Amino acid sequence: MIVRIMGEGQVKLADSHFAELNKLDDELLDEMESGDEPGFRRTLHALLDKVRELGTPLPDDALEPSQLILPSPDATLSEVRDMLTDDGLIPG
Amino acid sequence: MSGVMKRMGMIFRAKANKALDRAEDPRETLDYSYQKQLELLQKVRRGVADVATSRKRLELQLTQLQKQSSTLEDQGRKALALGREDLAREALSRRAALQQQVTDLETQHQTLQGEEEKLTLAAQRLQAKVDAFRTKKETIKATYTAAQAQTRIGEAFSGISEEMGDVGMAIQRAEDKTAQLQARAGAIDELLASGALDDSSGLAKDDIQTELDRLSGGTDVELELQRMKAELAGGSSGGQQAIEGGQGQSQPRSQQPQDTPRFDKQ
Repeated sequence: MIVRIMGEGQVKLADSHFAELNKLDDELLDEMESGDEPGFRRTLHALLDKVRELGTPLPDDALEPSQLILPSPDATLSEVRDMLTDDGLIPG
Repeated sequence: MSGVMKRMGMIFRAKANKALDRAEDPRETLDYSYQKQLELLQKVRRGVADVATSRKRLELQLTQLQKQSSTLEDQGRKALALGREDLAREALSRRAALQQQVTDLETQHQTLQGEEEKLTLAAQRLQAKVDAFRTKKETIKATYTAAQAQTRIGEAFSGISEEMGDVGMAIQRAEDKTAQLQARAGAIDELLASGALDDSSGLAKDDIQTELDRLSGGTDVELELQRMKAELAGGSSGGQQAIEGGQGQSQPRSQQPQDTPRFDKQ
């Protein structure tokens, strides 16, 4: 599966790693919904580190659609919350 | 998966789908259609092969029958030569029955041959059609892929796709940061101008320096004044007296021991 870290690029991850990543991802969602900014930041960084560690980076000129997308490391809780609303930060 | 990763992915994909309808990929449909045509062509070819096999079998039977027929004819001729007309009659009647079979088989052979030719022609036509379809299919697929790539590029530029969405955001962040820095610089200027903030750059003077400058500035003035006075005194003493007198000095001239200016002693 191909995962994009916004602002960084794409990495290819084996499906076997998703159980581990899912835990962090669910945690991140909980923290975002509860408004726990420090927790959100910590988990986001942990999740990104894990993805970078387990994944193989895709070349920049690869045109592969991403199945999963992760916010950039410096994204704030409110930015991510905005992105997940109907309109999001990106119009369309 | 229901976390942030999945939700963000779904949102981005939903946006991408608006621009690129992926409900049905025409390339897959074309490939499927081509597959079906190949299967049909295969069936026709198998039919042609079956008919050809039957034709061959008929030809073998015909050869055998004709062989038997000529054998019976020979036997009839020999029987007649030996004066056995009855035997010759028997041989010829068997031959006649065989001839009837041969005629029937020949008719069947002709029919099969006709069928085979028709089928071969159909197979050739179908093959040509399938080839043409394959070429067209590849062209359509290439066009579609190009259009898709174009759409993706379009998406990327308009910031719809996630491929460029993050780049757009990075630019936005950079712009925000620049604006923030500009605003901060403006605010600092205002604060410095109002005196609410000390300038640590060393360009502004503190009060001690200002006083020192004032004092040194004053000394310069005094020194300049002395220099000018000395010049005047050196040129003419009367002038000096006149000036001093003009300054309201009430002492009589006789009380002055000499005309040496006081400031020269300093």
